[in-house]
Amino acid sequence: MRRTLRLLAIGWMLHLKMMSRSAFDGFLGVLWPLFFATVAFFMFQAGAGGETLVYASFGAAVMGIWSATSTTAGSAMQRERWHGTLELLVASPTHFALVLLPVTVAMSTIGLYSLVATLVWGRVAFGIDVPLEHPLSFALALVVTVLSIGSLGFLLAVSFVRYRTAWALGNMLEYPVWLIGGFLVPLTLLPFWVRPFSWILAPTWGVDAIRQAALGGSPLPEIGLCLALGAAYVAAGALVLDRALRAARRDASLALA
Amino acid sequence: MPPVVEARNLRRTYRTTTGTLRRRSLEVEAVRGVSFSIEAGELYGLLGPNGAGKTTTIKMLITLLIPTEGTAHVLGRDVVEDARWVRERIGYVFGGDRGLYERLSAYDNLRYFAELYKVDPAQHKRRIAELLDMVGLAGREQERVEGYSRGMRQRLHIARGLLHDPQVVFLDEPTIGVDPVGARELRAMISSLSDAGKTILLTTHYMFEADALCDRIGVIANGEIVGEGTPRELKAQVADGSVVEIEVYGVPDETIARLRGIAGVRAVGVEEREQAQVLVVQTAPGVELTHSLLAQLDGARVGRVSSREPTLEDAYVALVESA
Repeated sequence: MRRTLRLLAIGWMLHLKMMSRSAFDGFLGVLWPLFFATVAFFMFQAGAGGETLVYASFGAAVMGIWSATSTTAGSAMQRERWHGTLELLVASPTHFALVLLPVTVAMSTIGLYSLVATLVWGRVAFGIDVPLEHPLSFALALVVTVLSIGSLGFLLAVSFVRYRTAWALGNMLEYPVWLIGGFLVPLTLLPFWVRPFSWILAPTWGVDAIRQAALGGSPLPEIGLCLALGAAYVAAGALVLDRALRAARRDASLALA
Repeated sequence: MPPVVEARNLRRTYRTTTGTLRRRSLEVEAVRGVSFSIEAGELYGLLGPNGAGKTTTIKMLITLLIPTEGTAHVLGRDVVEDARWVRERIGYVFGGDRGLYERLSAYDNLRYFAELYKVDPAQHKRRIAELLDMVGLAGREQERVEGYSRGMRQRLHIARGLLHDPQVVFLDEPTIGVDPVGARELRAMISSLSDAGKTILLTTHYMFEADALCDRIGVIANGEIVGEGTPRELKAQVADGSVVEIEVYGVPDETIARLRGIAGVRAVGVEEREQAQVLVVQTAPGVELTHSLLAQLDGARVGRVSSREPTLEDAYVALVESA
């Protein structure tokens, strides 16, 4: 157990180090969340304003975390292929789930920047004061949200190991999750049949928990649900991964660029 | 004592498609019934031209590819059924620029793979320092790999492959693209690994490398083993004949085919040397074919003609040509 935690921590740290060393990615990472936030703030300013702007702030922030994960989970696996490291990772005696999970959690951690940038941008450019009623719960909600979005990225990445063009799936899922995760639009406005899809998405509960912690609600049930869904994604991904890897070894698709 | 590595009738077929609108599925046989075994502490060379099936064979042995047919065992365990057990005990090093995290330092690369290969955390620092020293990268370990030369990367690859002190090491063309001095250092390193008792499978298409390093060599061509033995045994297969080298300028393929048809000619190889080509003709013992060969080259511009004793390279060419 200790070895597993150590492996996850070191994998996460080294991948975070690699991702934060790309000047171009860093530049895009700085700009991107500011555009999300600006669009969201203008929309909500034109509407009700006031507390809904705070609601929009957190929605836009989690949008950034999700986007950072969904759009890069596929290309990261492809990058491992280009670097020739995917085969080395698969050939190691460590279960590939323990190799892959820190990569996608590092991606969602990079997305944390968007939270800070969104809140600071909201304060500076739009004068939005964000309350922090329960700072500890807020921090916990944030960590759990990042972990569960990383876990959802892991579930997506499992398919990227098997199918070389599956990165398109990550891009395709970026906007629908913004909508059905209730990042900007309350779930009550969505048709009833959409809601089950929202409920099985950990970011839905994550953004809700962050908002409640900041605005003074009781976020613990949402944090619990978010964490449970994240764990379920990991379990499902690990189960599928063994079959995906065996198929990749059978079809010789690991080394193909 | 059972062999450390044993391949029995290994076959590997790749499926590929052609065409855009009318897609057609094709099957390519990369490895067609390869069998060999490697004893403990032996350095076995798998020698063959590009596309002969060397890398595919090695990938089946290191558990990255599932054989279409046949079986392979490493240290007595099946590489398909007991893949994880096998992975813990083997090291894999391939040649070329890829396979490293460019934005990380050499130290971080090794630290990551030490975790993946379950090296005791208390031993990480000592083991990494030991290996950096062995491959001559001590003092450069904090530099990012993107600034490393080809030779340095290759040495780092070797350090990575040895982190967990594997019993069996698979080296897939480790000196490819490395300058002559660097390649010589790598060969010395491989030799010292062999002296340390490691069982090694080395693939290469450099004859002198196989000759200098290997205890035994398997020659692979078109996915099949076409000859096997010690370097001396392989040389002996052609030692009774002789070799005629003819320098020519622009000889067409049809003429070379005609040379192959002359009675007493065992094999004809062509080496490109600047504007000239050198035809390396292996002949059967006791026959003098220089005149017959030159007669077939009538009309072509011929340079120097010489004859010499056969080498391991000639044995290799003869085996590959016969495939």
